Amino acid sequence: MTSDQPEHARTGSATTRTGSGPAPTGTDVVLEARGVTKHFPLRRTARDLFARERRSVHAVDDVSLRLRRGTVTALVGESGSGKSTVARLLAQLHPLTSGEIRLGGEPVVAGRGRSFRRYVRRVQLIFQDPFASLNPVHTVRYHLTRALKIHGRAGSGETELEENLAALLNRVQLTPPQQFLDKFPHELSGGQRQRVAIARALGADPQVLLADEPVSMLDVSIRLGVLNLLRDLKERLHLAILYITHDIASARYFADTTLVMYAGRIVEGGDSERVTQHPAHPYTQLLIASAPDPDRIVADEEQEETGTGEPPSLITPPAGCRFHPRCPQAMERCRTELPPRFDLPEGQWAACWLYDGAAANGTEPVADRTAVKEATR
Amino acid sequence: MSAEPVLTISGLNVDYGTDAGAVHALRDIDLTLHRGEVLGLAGESGSGKSTLAYAVTRLLSPPGVITGGGVHYHRPGGDHVDILSLAPRQLRAFRWQELSIVFQGAMNSLNPVHTVHSQLTDVLAAHRPELKKRQRTDRAKELLELVGISADRLAAYPHQLSGGMRQRVMIAMALALEPEIVIMDEPTTALDVVMQRQILRRLVQLREQLNFSVVFITHDISLLIEFSDRIAIMYGGRIVEQAGAAEIYRDPRHPYSDGLLHSFPALHGPRRELTGIPGSPPHLSAMPTGCAFHPRCGKAFAPCAGQIPLLAPPADGPGRAVACHLHA
Repeated sequence: MTSDQPEHARTGSATTRTGSGPAPTGTDVVLEARGVTKHFPLRRTARDLFARERRSVHAVDDVSLRLRRGTVTALVGESGSGKSTVARLLAQLHPLTSGEIRLGGEPVVAGRGRSFRRYVRRVQLIFQDPFASLNPVHTVRYHLTRALKIHGRAGSGETELEENLAALLNRVQLTPPQQFLDKFPHELSGGQRQRVAIARALGADPQVLLADEPVSMLDVSIRLGVLNLLRDLKERLHLAILYITHDIASARYFADTTLVMYAGRIVEGGDSERVTQHPAHPYTQLLIASAPDPDRIVADEEQEETGTGEPPSLITPPAGCRFHPRCPQAMERCRTELPPRFDLPEGQWAACWLYDGAAANGTEPVADRTAVKEATR
Repeated sequence: MSAEPVLTISGLNVDYGTDAGAVHALRDIDLTLHRGEVLGLAGESGSGKSTLAYAVTRLLSPPGVITGGGVHYHRPGGDHVDILSLAPRQLRAFRWQELSIVFQGAMNSLNPVHTVHSQLTDVLAAHRPELKKRQRTDRAKELLELVGISADRLAAYPHQLSGGMRQRVMIAMALALEPEIVIMDEPTTALDVVMQRQILRRLVQLREQLNFSVVFITHDISLLIEFSDRIAIMYGGRIVEQAGAAEIYRDPRHPYSDGLLHSFPALHGPRRELTGIPGSPPHLSAMPTGCAFHPRCGKAFAPCAGQIPLLAPPADGPGRAVACHLHA
């Protein structure tokens, strides 16, 4: 099958690389964001004209992240934290305000037309709502054929196209393919539709998949099926996947690395297990304390009041650390100075003043409320 | 908590459509809500959980029809009301006064062109005409403070409030007349986890203060286990299992309950490979014969395809009920 040739070639080279050691090397990074910032300007009102102000929504500020081949990176945050904007920026759907996106080590600015198409061939986006992302008047065959043709992978002739279509559907476990090819989106269930959307993205044979809340619109009993499929694809095709979610438990389950975003900035990052079991940033701790957890029934009475307040306005974000108005451990410094990344043991890092100097002493995260609670139970 | 019932649903059937093409949205629902308890109702889309909320409040709009069964409300004094046979006027008095509902996507249920004040006092003006304007405003302030919003936001329009605040205003409205029962249909699905927990904790506190009963409908079973006393799990228009929250969590009997519990990755403890449930929920118009879950069930055996299992207590577990041939 022609469609599988590049896949095999790539898998082969990647296996040798993984075989040489688990430590990721710089060459594994497929897509990288460096200091990416996006401000959406607001419409100017008369008052702004008088005040000579140009107000804007600070949707994403100084976000740096690396997507590596064969790994899933989760970006966790509340709605309005800017996590979807990051996906759109990485997909080159919006121009950046500042910063840089590098694909395979080269800085890229995909404009429109040809250069954009060249970019999306390597970086594909999956949307949240499979009910809206497929055209209701077209069949599965149409959606997939179009993706294959646009990206020049349809092959020559009818039979080759048929083979490629079948291969795509097999890859997302919609089998037998003949049963699904001529169906319209409304004839499929939510999970099947999302699988078609994934197949369409794979039609470009990309290196990077940006999945923006890929399962949150699906029924709970089929969410894991789709996540497991994505993980399987990651392993077989050595894709770099960005998994955007509000559900930190699913990030722990599915992602290798987890980044936590709050009010347009990434506040913590590291190995998923490390971030969820030993959250360092007070916001991550709040997020984990708030997540539904059936094990908590016993201890509900003694549980302290989890945080109050709401995310700040992104038009006039708070000075210093953006979490300080809600932070139980805010210090004077937090109100004025923006915390940089502080490195913690085991590759974890947090943008929080609590850890100023922590890396030097090699101390554990000091404010580990969740762990304390676990221990006292 | 007393075991005195406040709402009993017996053999409730609801169809959409009346002719031969009618689909059965609810089948033989038996459910009892006790005074002061939080009853969780879990299920996926199409399982009939919202239809149940609408049927109980008689808000079901055509083509939905209640084709059988009864819904009885028990007043604290002891007399009981047959909700399905209330005349329109009695029904109007009954709703909100004794049973109120917070709708799915409630944040968008507020009227955008009216202030919070006018929407909160509107219900008081309709149900408590004896109150003076001043008293109504005072009550509205009281209600806002009850749900943790400062009283000076009374003059705000819905768009000036955040999603979480709007949701809390909706809860304040539902509590305005101190009803005995509050039905919450996915009250926090549109909110972030931090806000969700704040609102639910508030609700639990209020429940203790005001002693109302709650029917809490959601698809998030891990949330239900934490916040409700008893849980009923629905699948394909039927209740498939009903038990105390801790019992469901520790020892689910129905394979569907078990699958649902294993569809949520855990935040703590060992990382396990989870599979979810194969297949997808059935469509109401193409309901499998026998047990609706059997095509997706790993434990299905001979009788499952032909015979509908009845909801009954399992041999070894009184106080709970399960509809599965494995436990018959």
